[in-house]
Amino acid sequence: MVEKEILERYWGETKKNMLIILFIWAIVSYGAALIASSLNSIVIFGFPLGYYMGAQGSIVVFVLLNLYNSVYQNKLDIKYDLAEEE
Amino acid sequence: MAKDAMDAWRAKLRKIYGIYTSVFVLFVVSLWIFESMGLDPKFIGYAFLFGTIGVYAAIGIISRTSVVAEYYVAGRKVPAVFNGMATASDWMSAASFISMAGALYLQGYDGLAFIMGWTGGYVLLAVLIAPYLRKFGQYTIPDFLESRYGGKLPRLIGIICALIVSLAYLVAQITGVGIITSRFLGLTFEIGVFVGLSGILVCSFLGGMRAVTWTQVAQYIILIVAYMIPVVAISYKHTGVPIPQVMYGQALQVIEEKQKQIKDDPKEVEVREIWKKKADELNQKIKTLPDSWTKGKYELEEQIKTLPQDDPKRKEAEKALKVYPKSPEEAKKKWTTDMKTAQGMSKPPKSYVQPPTDSKGIMNFLALTFCLMVGTAGLPHILMRFYTTPTVKEARNSAAWALFFIFLLYFTAPAYAAFARSEILTNIVGQAFTALPAWATKWAGVGLITIKDLNGDGIIQFAEIRIHADAVVLATPEIAGLPYVIAGLIAAGGLAAALSTADGLLITMSNAISHDLYYKIINPNISPSTRVKIGKALLLVVAAIGAYIASHKLAIIVELVAWAFSLAAATFFPAVVFGIWDKRMNRAGAVAGMIVGLTVTLYYLIGSRFYGLDWFGIKTIASGIFGIPANIIVALIVSRLTKAPDPELQKFVDNIRYPKGAVGAGKEE
Repeated sequence: MVEKEILERYWGETKKNMLIILFIWAIVSYGAALIASSLNSIVIFGFPLGYYMGAQGSIVVFVLLNLYNSVYQNKLDIKYDLAEEE
Repeated sequence: MAKDAMDAWRAKLRKIYGIYTSVFVLFVVSLWIFESMGLDPKFIGYAFLFGTIGVYAAIGIISRTSVVAEYYVAGRKVPAVFNGMATASDWMSAASFISMAGALYLQGYDGLAFIMGWTGGYVLLAVLIAPYLRKFGQYTIPDFLESRYGGKLPRLIGIICALIVSLAYLVAQITGVGIITSRFLGLTFEIGVFVGLSGILVCSFLGGMRAVTWTQVAQYIILIVAYMIPVVAISYKHTGVPIPQVMYGQALQVIEEKQKQIKDDPKEVEVREIWKKKADELNQKIKTLPDSWTKGKYELEEQIKTLPQDDPKRKEAEKALKVYPKSPEEAKKKWTTDMKTAQGMSKPPKSYVQPPTDSKGIMNFLALTFCLMVGTAGLPHILMRFYTTPTVKEARNSAAWALFFIFLLYFTAPAYAAFARSEILTNIVGQAFTALPAWATKWAGVGLITIKDLNGDGIIQFAEIRIHADAVVLATPEIAGLPYVIAGLIAAGGLAAALSTADGLLITMSNAISHDLYYKIINPNISPSTRVKIGKALLLVVAAIGAYIASHKLAIIVELVAWAFSLAAATFFPAVVFGIWDKRMNRAGAVAGMIVGLTVTLYYLIGSRFYGLDWFGIKTIASGIFGIPANIIVALIVSRLTKAPDPELQKFVDNIRYPKGAVGAGKEE
């Protein structure tokens, strides 16, 4: 049985991690879409930035967010000794 | 499984799929050599169709099983990377593979809602759901709903939602299989469906989730190779650099510049005027129905009577009469569609990269993106995949891998669309009708591209070209001047995408009935082997129903798929996420939320599609934007007004929140 206090601290950090990730997730998709028109005036290598965020930029960030989530949570499991027995 | 055994198993899988990939590449190269030696393209098509379906069937036979844990969750032995690939091909359907790039081509910025929506959902999955479902460690989503909320009612609602969400989706995949096989092999639609279905069934019937998983991995490899080759080639042709994902910025510049010219070009304006006139005429005809219908029919019949036999005009009239609407109702439908097309063509092309400027357009874009994201994270056939990994950690990692594998295709789709559009604008617009490139003539032949000299000047104007969304991916190999073998490869890729999704859906639906409904509610006393047998029998029944509906080729199927996202988003997603993240959520809250979410979404879907219902100008496809908050608010309020869940259930929630103590791989019967 896992101690209640440990679990609460573990879950607190997990929650914080979740909120940070979803905040960035919302900014690069919805946030960027809202100001896409102004972003489009910035052109890099032929790409208008507003269009680019929707087509590729946001999904690159999604991939990185998931990678970060895996690394962070896997470490957290070990820190609180809540990882699975191998 | 012990660590050593698991490592050995991973090494074995890597080796098998490594060999498989090399054999597949060799297969394509040797077909290419045969083609240059003069092999009939028809046989190349057959080789791809029967070659790939044969492989899927072989995997099904090798992975056959009657063990419950193998049949339902592949023994929980699917390592993260492979589960990622299986999830990616389970997820990417014929729509992602063939139609998405076309939607980007046609809609410009608006189409990006699909790119963001269909990838962003995987962040929600990885962060909010996947590892916790794996820790829970049962077989289906209704399993989770019952265990978390207690009682049969949550399970029953889960079953109903799973069936509603999956059926339309399944029919669309079966239709996709029929279209691909008939287009590339000249089989009739029905035979194509039959061949495809047998490929699906051999696999899921023999080996359940285990066979489906390993086939989906094989299908992912085929579809990603098929998707990359043509677009790499066209990028090389246009820019000299074979990295389309980076180089299509140049194409975007070309598009914007050419479209600016088109806006004011007098010839283009002339053609747009013709479209406008056409739209007005049709509008007039629709207004004066049914008289206009009778009159049109009478005129054609008169022409046939009075004109001499060999007059070409008479032939035309005969043809026109053949396709003439059979009734005033049919005429209204057909003419309305035609009028909308004409209206669309009468407007100058809007900027390819600019987002919508009106608040209604922006709202719809955001709402659709949100529905697709949340819906993705609520689709039962995707959620189910996270039960199959060996550990909780790997469930988490596999959600990340899945997104990466999906990303490879989605990151490339905008390049397909941009290169195709710049090709059309530079090499077709402004050419003489007599100098059409060969690929345009070919795809015009099957109706995917329509080019008609409306103003009779012999030169092609942009407003004279109409393109079907599917043409973008299908025609790219020929635009890039690649051999026919690549077109065959594209067909094999599209088929892999459709079959893998159909497999996942089929097994989800059969499980919902056999495991969730029959075993868990009606008759819990059956033996494990009977459970699997019933599941297999139901696979056949569900497949038959799906094929029967698909054979009617209803136009609404494509729309229904989009509806599935709104429905999943407004039912499963809140119930599952609350189940993990909100300890205070109870049965009354979850059930009320799901029912209200489903009702509100269905009400708006049907109301806005058929009866002109309109809330804030939101389009039918984004109906979930009302159902999702309705579900969440109702669930929160009802749960707070009723009793907190039992201590037992609260302990259950605590337990799924951390990985330690999860059911191990290969430890169940």
